[in-house]
Amino acid sequence: MQFFGVPFTVFGDDSLQYLNTLIGKRALIVTDANIVKLGLDELVRAELKAANIECQVFDGVEPDPSLQTVEKAAAIARDFKPDWFIGLGGGSSMDACKSSLVCYGAGIGPLDMSPSDFYNLKAKARLICIPTTSGTGSEATWAIVLTDTEQDRKVGLGSYETLPDIAILDPRMVMSLPPQITGDTGMDALCHAIEGYVDTWRTRFTDGPGLVAIKLVFENLKKAYDNGKDEDARKDMMYAASMAGTCFGNGMAGLAHSTGHAIGGLFHMPHGRAVGLYLPYTMEYLISGEDETTGRYAEIARFCNISRDTDDKKCAKALVAAVRSLAKSVGQPLAIKDTNIKREDYIKQMTGLIERAVNELMTLTVTRVADNDDLEKIFTCAYDGKPCDF
Amino acid sequence: MAVFGTIEWATAFMEAINSSKPYEEAAKTWEGDFYFIIEVGGAVKEPGYQYVDLWHGKCRKVDVVTEATKDKYKPEFVLSASIATWRKVAEKKVDPIQAIVTRQLKLTGNMGKVMRAVKAAQELVNCVTQVKTEYPE
Repeated sequence: MQFFGVPFTVFGDDSLQYLNTLIGKRALIVTDANIVKLGLDELVRAELKAANIECQVFDGVEPDPSLQTVEKAAAIARDFKPDWFIGLGGGSSMDACKSSLVCYGAGIGPLDMSPSDFYNLKAKARLICIPTTSGTGSEATWAIVLTDTEQDRKVGLGSYETLPDIAILDPRMVMSLPPQITGDTGMDALCHAIEGYVDTWRTRFTDGPGLVAIKLVFENLKKAYDNGKDEDARKDMMYAASMAGTCFGNGMAGLAHSTGHAIGGLFHMPHGRAVGLYLPYTMEYLISGEDETTGRYAEIARFCNISRDTDDKKCAKALVAAVRSLAKSVGQPLAIKDTNIKREDYIKQMTGLIERAVNELMTLTVTRVADNDDLEKIFTCAYDGKPCDF
Repeated sequence: MAVFGTIEWATAFMEAINSSKPYEEAAKTWEGDFYFIIEVGGAVKEPGYQYVDLWHGKCRKVDVVTEATKDKYKPEFVLSASIATWRKVAEKKVDPIQAIVTRQLKLTGNMGKVMRAVKAAQELVNCVTQVKTEYPE
């Protein structure tokens, strides 16, 4: 038995207008202060007002949202009793929104949610996600990442009922993204799609969205980074991120996410930048393992016209080179030494990095499972910018 | 050869766990006990409860109880599935976490705690494969 789920997806110009067709009484918008500062919540509230839906905004979501933030949003919901939850923002806001819906609807703490349980959340409220970045894909997945601040650790959670009922991809929401965030989040989308396409939980249903997402990122990320006003590139990146979410959300991500989460938890590097940085190193590591994954990388390279070589390994390596080239072109560091993380601090945290990565599910959902020694080598190669050719 | 769900099987499982260095390393900080429940269906006419107490990389105790005596333990986690699903997990035809996610294996307990110990879960399944098992199907 396997599952494949996608939200009802509204996309393209003026997609936010779909909100004025909703039926309901109250909507809780879960977002961050920056979105409010930019006035993006006003666009949402205007449409909800037209639908006679009363709004309340919780704008306390921080980057890498904590369990406590989720509890705060849920407490507001318990007073306000919304029948719609709207996650507005990047992955942090959407994930905080999903979790607070579970806390509100099921009366449990965020860590108590389990994909095994059925909460009948829709009896209390339904979920809409509106991304304001093009990377996380959270609007298309049931996955949630929160941060346990006591342990400096990212926690992967979820329930099938946290797959949004509706995803709204309105390009207006991403037109003002600065280049750095465009680059960071775009690499996240690429990582979701590549890892989702090769992971061991993939299915026939995840292949299509994964491949198309990868092609769209290669064709549009640099355009969106160089010229934020390029509407076509912005739209295609938004769609790519959502398709990438569909791909990995119905399968699983991989080793770049395990290592990226580890450094994200300990050094607070932005998620997309972290996973994008580790992606080529972990791809090299997997190419040295099973032919199956090398073959999948080769399929991607051929589909995206990166290489037409008949040798899978050459194609796969061409894909790794293309990932590095794209990352460089959108202002990404290619090695940890190029970031503000000092070597001595990194080495000092090596045990913590390994311990976190080895206990990430995504370390196990690839065709070559890294042990502690391999993880140390991967982390070291990524610091120095040396190929992971062992 | 021990029949899955019997005390003989549970004892062999405990021995496999306690002689596994990879499990000991992966689960060195784990504290938590389980009921592994075999649901009614097929050759299984009444539910079976295997109690397994895991502590800091070792198995401290196993037991097998019945529906009538299940209140003997109050484990932190309960994993419940049909015998067919247990067999698929034990034979590594399905990843245990994937089985939880697809609701083939029903988990009661703190999912977040389990998700921080996936390597230990994988090594636990490796211990299961060390036990020569017969299934009541």
